[in-house]
Amino acid sequence: MNGFALTLRHLFRNSKTVKSAIQSPEYFNERTDNTSTLRYPHVKLPLPDNSRNQLHVEIDDCIVCDLCAKICPVDCIDIISIKAVEDIGKTSDGTTKRLHAAKFDIDLAKCMFCGLCTIVCPTECIIMTDEYDVSLSSVEAMNYHFSTMTKEEADQNRIKLAAFEEEKKKAKEAALKAAQEKKENGDA
Amino acid sequence: MTFYIISISLLAFVAVYALLSVWAERKVSALIQDRVGPVEAGKFGLLQTFADIIKLLQKEDIIPTKANKVLFTLAPVLVFTSVFMGFAVLPFSPKYISSNINIGLFYFMAIVSIEVVGILMAGWASNNKYAFLGSIRSIAQIIAYEIPAGISILSAVMLYQSLNLQEIAYQQGIYSPNDIYFLGFWKVNAVGGFLSWGIFQAPHLFVAALIYFIASLAESNRTPFDIPEAESELVAGFHVEYSGFKFGALFLAEYAMMFLTSMVLVILFLGAWYSPLPNIASIHLADWTNGTFWGVFWILIKTLLLVLVQMWIRWTLPRFRADQLMNFCWKVLIPASFACLFISAFWKLIVL
Repeated sequence: MNGFALTLRHLFRNSKTVKSAIQSPEYFNERTDNTSTLRYPHVKLPLPDNSRNQLHVEIDDCIVCDLCAKICPVDCIDIISIKAVEDIGKTSDGTTKRLHAAKFDIDLAKCMFCGLCTIVCPTECIIMTDEYDVSLSSVEAMNYHFSTMTKEEADQNRIKLAAFEEEKKKAKEAALKAAQEKKENGDA
Repeated sequence: MTFYIISISLLAFVAVYALLSVWAERKVSALIQDRVGPVEAGKFGLLQTFADIIKLLQKEDIIPTKANKVLFTLAPVLVFTSVFMGFAVLPFSPKYISSNINIGLFYFMAIVSIEVVGILMAGWASNNKYAFLGSIRSIAQIIAYEIPAGISILSAVMLYQSLNLQEIAYQQGIYSPNDIYFLGFWKVNAVGGFLSWGIFQAPHLFVAALIYFIASLAESNRTPFDIPEAESELVAGFHVEYSGFKFGALFLAEYAMMFLTSMVLVILFLGAWYSPLPNIASIHLADWTNGTFWGVFWILIKTLLLVLVQMWIRWTLPRFRADQLMNFCWKVLIPASFACLFISAFWKLIVL
């Protein structure tokens, strides 16, 4: 008979679905008084502050220093940079940008969410969001492209760079020749 | 013409009831186990079973190669038809009864026994020794428990002096042609209400009703008597080889059987379509709440409450072992039901 009373009591219990995270003081109370079902995705458990989830890059803040690509344990970040001929601009925290990011790919299928890239970034442009429930229909779609540079722009920048290097080389040769001639004139 | 209307509406009712009772079972079991059950399909998950039936209907109809094709196909038809045919003699109201035959109760017991043959066919035709064992155990259980069921029904019938279910229903309330005595001493013809129900007319009928309730759990293969199904052990028992619509038919037949046996219990012992409200002094509640349409309402409410109790029992008690089950039947229920029968035999002499 006790069993019957027990099941009847459970039958008429409230089924609240608001669930608290493990830090809150009601965590254990909630689990004994209500149903144990979490009606995901209508109700989600709150995330801790330092949880590690999907990555996001603010490409305007990136100085293309390549530190995140170097430290990534699974090599999921792929960066190709082009030297700029002059200072492009400033990031939001004041650092001048001197490199174009022609390609900045993060392959989130490979990413192991360790967070090391977010630690080493000097401008804090790569951050972890609170998105953990991303499902896409193909593995290739999980390779996120964060660079906003088109192929034409990249080619133009490379041409500009090449032209700048040419000029610098010519100027250097001219300066070298001038210095040599001066030496010869000085000797004679 | 009215015959066809009634029978088709009865079929529609049984089908819709079976679907909703699967939903109710899932919800009740979920709430008892501190979870929520179906919530996504429709409001409160009401359309869940409809979605399940659509899924079952479009499944591939598998017949095992070595199985006996004729028996395999015929078995679910037999089970479901026999259960559904039992509804023909049930009075839903003072005026609504599909077939008002004088041997209604006898017909009911006989029809329910045909289900046994269907289960045997299902187990044998599957060509699967586990399915066969499951069906053998199921048959042993059903046949054994038909005896206390039949004897307890007999002890009630001895008081009502009729096998016609409509007459039995009439004799439990204010429209009764005979005198009704509450526990044998107080005449309650004019009072009506729950005081004139079958279980209060003679104290041993309470025991008989309990015996019949337990036996009906065994008849429908419900826990604690569900060794044939044993969801967590035998996978599915005798219907393991079935898929698609055949499985749906067997599955729904179990829930329809629950309703059928609960309804017979209500008709025999709990006042059929009479209202439980008595006439208290000048407030004639029984007169106001009895009638043709009230009758349907009250009988459905009582039957559905009993079905909910059956579900409640399923999710509270653990399963019987096969020998405990047989032990319980032959050594406990049958002597008790025979005792009730003897008391019934002398009841009229003792009372009057």
